[in-house]
Amino acid sequence: MTAQEVRLCGLLLQEHFGDVVENVGTHLIRNGVLTLRALAHETKLALDLVKKSLCVLVQHGMCTFGPGRRGPAGPVEYHINCEHILHMLRYPRYIYTAKSLYGDTGELIVEEILQRGQMTMSSTVKTVADRLTHNMPEGQSMDYNEVVSAFSRLVETHFLQRCPPMASAESSGTGSAETPPAVTQPSNPESHPDCYKLPYISLSGHGKRRRSSEDGEADQRAAKKAKTDSSECGDEGIHWQVNFERFHLHFRDQAIISAVSCKLDQTSGEIVRTMLRMSEVTTSANAAFTQALSANEIFRALPSNYNIARPILDQYLTLLVDDPMEFVGKAGDSGGGMFVVNLHRALANLARATLESVVQERFGSRSARIFRLLLRKRHLEQKQVEDFAMIPAKEAKEMLYTLLSENLVQLQEIPKTPDHAPSRTFYLYTVNQLPTARLLLQHCYKTVGNLIERRLYETKENKRLLEKSQRIEAILASLQATGAEATQLTEVEEMITAPERQQLESLRHHINNACLRTCGVNRSKPTRTCKLLTEMAVEPPRAQTSDLLAVRLDSSENQVDETIFLLESYINSTQASR
Amino acid sequence: MSRGRGRNQFTFNVDALGFGRGDSLPTTTHTPSPLFPPMQFQPVPLHTGEEVEYMLALKQELRASSKNLPFHIRAARTKRDVSRYSDKYQTGEPKNNTIEWSPDWSRLPKELCIKVRKPQKTITGTKQQLKQRPKVAASKEDILQKLETLEKEEVHSEEEEDEGKKKKQNDDEEEEPEVEEDYDEEELEDETDYIASYFDNGEDFGGDSDDNMDEAVY
Repeated sequence: MTAQEVRLCGLLLQEHFGDVVENVGTHLIRNGVLTLRALAHETKLALDLVKKSLCVLVQHGMCTFGPGRRGPAGPVEYHINCEHILHMLRYPRYIYTAKSLYGDTGELIVEEILQRGQMTMSSTVKTVADRLTHNMPEGQSMDYNEVVSAFSRLVETHFLQRCPPMASAESSGTGSAETPPAVTQPSNPESHPDCYKLPYISLSGHGKRRRSSEDGEADQRAAKKAKTDSSECGDEGIHWQVNFERFHLHFRDQAIISAVSCKLDQTSGEIVRTMLRMSEVTTSANAAFTQALSANEIFRALPSNYNIARPILDQYLTLLVDDPMEFVGKAGDSGGGMFVVNLHRALANLARATLESVVQERFGSRSARIFRLLLRKRHLEQKQVEDFAMIPAKEAKEMLYTLLSENLVQLQEIPKTPDHAPSRTFYLYTVNQLPTARLLLQHCYKTVGNLIERRLYETKENKRLLEKSQRIEAILASLQATGAEATQLTEVEEMITAPERQQLESLRHHINNACLRTCGVNRSKPTRTCKLLTEMAVEPPRAQTSDLLAVRLDSSENQVDETIFLLESYINSTQASR
Repeated sequence: MSRGRGRNQFTFNVDALGFGRGDSLPTTTHTPSPLFPPMQFQPVPLHTGEEVEYMLALKQELRASSKNLPFHIRAARTKRDVSRYSDKYQTGEPKNNTIEWSPDWSRLPKELCIKVRKPQKTITGTKQQLKQRPKVAASKEDILQKLETLEKEEVHSEEEEDEGKKKKQNDDEEEEPEVEEDYDEEELEDETDYIASYFDNGEDFGGDSDDNMDEAVY
């Protein structure tokens, strides 16, 4: 765990679960595995607080436990899962994907399970039905069956999976059934054969609408009823969690399809989408390429509204195969040609485009030209760089040294003589894609950490001012809605004094400078052929400027997360193929 | 005749340095480089669109709602210097030794087991501090029996705001009664600050004073 990852994990835990859990989590990350006592000692917190925090972390799948070094008889050791914590950045994206695939019901199901870590099917169905009923007009309510069917669809497409059952560590000596051991250890979820099997539950009814007047009472009764009811539903102990890997595969597919659509055209994007859809079930998560599909199969599986003739499809496939991005490859000639989608190569190309885009945005297009040149030609001397890039010598030197100081370009020495004399050594510039991608990923983590900290700072500093201006806005809006006179409006506006107005104005100027400086440099585009967005004329709207700043910081976090996802997928794919 | 055949020459190709003889070197820096150096190239503006806006709204909602979930752990406030009258009425404070949600204990190691605390009803007047001391002395079996009878009663009358006894029934892992949560039923009936038995509605007043009008009343 790098320092930046630890910092980001700490910030995320603090945002969602509070300071106590952040303290516990950070100590666990820094120290590797710890027992409960050691953890309480390190964090200097009350033992009960530590226990509660560990419950929260285990519930959300961010912490695992197992028998310690002394075996099953010794104390339990806790081990934190950093990647799971970093996934918290991506929760909105998961929920939005579920919404786009399975509608509002799917969205709420995924949201509930994400917020609570693990849930049984019956409790999920009830909660979601209640929430949907709440939003529906009076008199209507959501039937449980609809929610159950949405849940089943999510499970069938593997977006939700059962939490792995606890494998109890039994002592080999005794044969009799002892009391259950103090430590039960979870196993890999996929290894359980019933991972995606829906339990049979008898659940029928409608969502209950919650009246605001009997808030507390209804909650009590509902909570009590839910508890007694879940035991009747028959799925006690079967908890479901979100299958992040499946979502990531979906995002990867989306990235590939959008890249192809950008580079070639919409139809080619559809063809690749069809190929990926067909090989969803047959391809394993780490496969370098999908199963080979024949052109006949692809033709049959194309969506019906895409009426392209067979020869046109063949031409498109040939185009895709010949494209230098190498998204699609040809694996044989039977059945009209066997085609595969090269997943790992596509990821590598997307990562490369990301790197090039970052260099271009930070250092200019000439530096980007040098960077691309070095990526293509691997090793070049300084003189050769100047010649190939067609840039005057002085500027080329300056740019190369800037890139070198930022660690984007490396220097390789090749001595001609054993004494490494500088006059008799080749100095070659080179770019290694994988280490550079890792470097950029760490930059991204640092960026998101900075964004979060800045947002917290801004919110804290301007809380009072923000609240006051929001109140005034609300008053103004309501007055305008009821058709008030101009004098009344001016009177209300004067409630913000002049110094406060000045403060708001200065905050307004901070938006374009501070936040973009920290976040803008690490944003990127997925494909190099996407057109650059034109400079947006930034007119600060009348809304609260500090609020706007916080909103832009928030939005930047989401967008840096896209880059993080691409780079992480690329790095993981290279590790898998080793 | 040259003074030294190799002496006046550099050992490497001078052009590679980037500056020739006689050119001035760049000035030395006296301060560390600025923390936020001015950017040469302006960053690209953020993405906009329906998808982006929706995800942003989702993110803000998630953040706000996660503060209200029981997973957001706040440490209990340490006791201030003296015990105050208001402590009696502040029942919503989190306590360190209870957990506000009930996880599936079979999936967690035994050592993490902690008393589950059910969310309290917000009634002003719950007298938590009035511990029923005699009950502590009662034996475990008596308490369990009483719990069972009360359970049956409670199933029939859901209108009873009998918070404390409900908790006892549902909490299987209790070994001793939750003394803190036990309080008299009648005190809750009116949902007021006043214990019913303490209240004297003054009907009896004035009946005694008819006898002795001469004596002063202190």
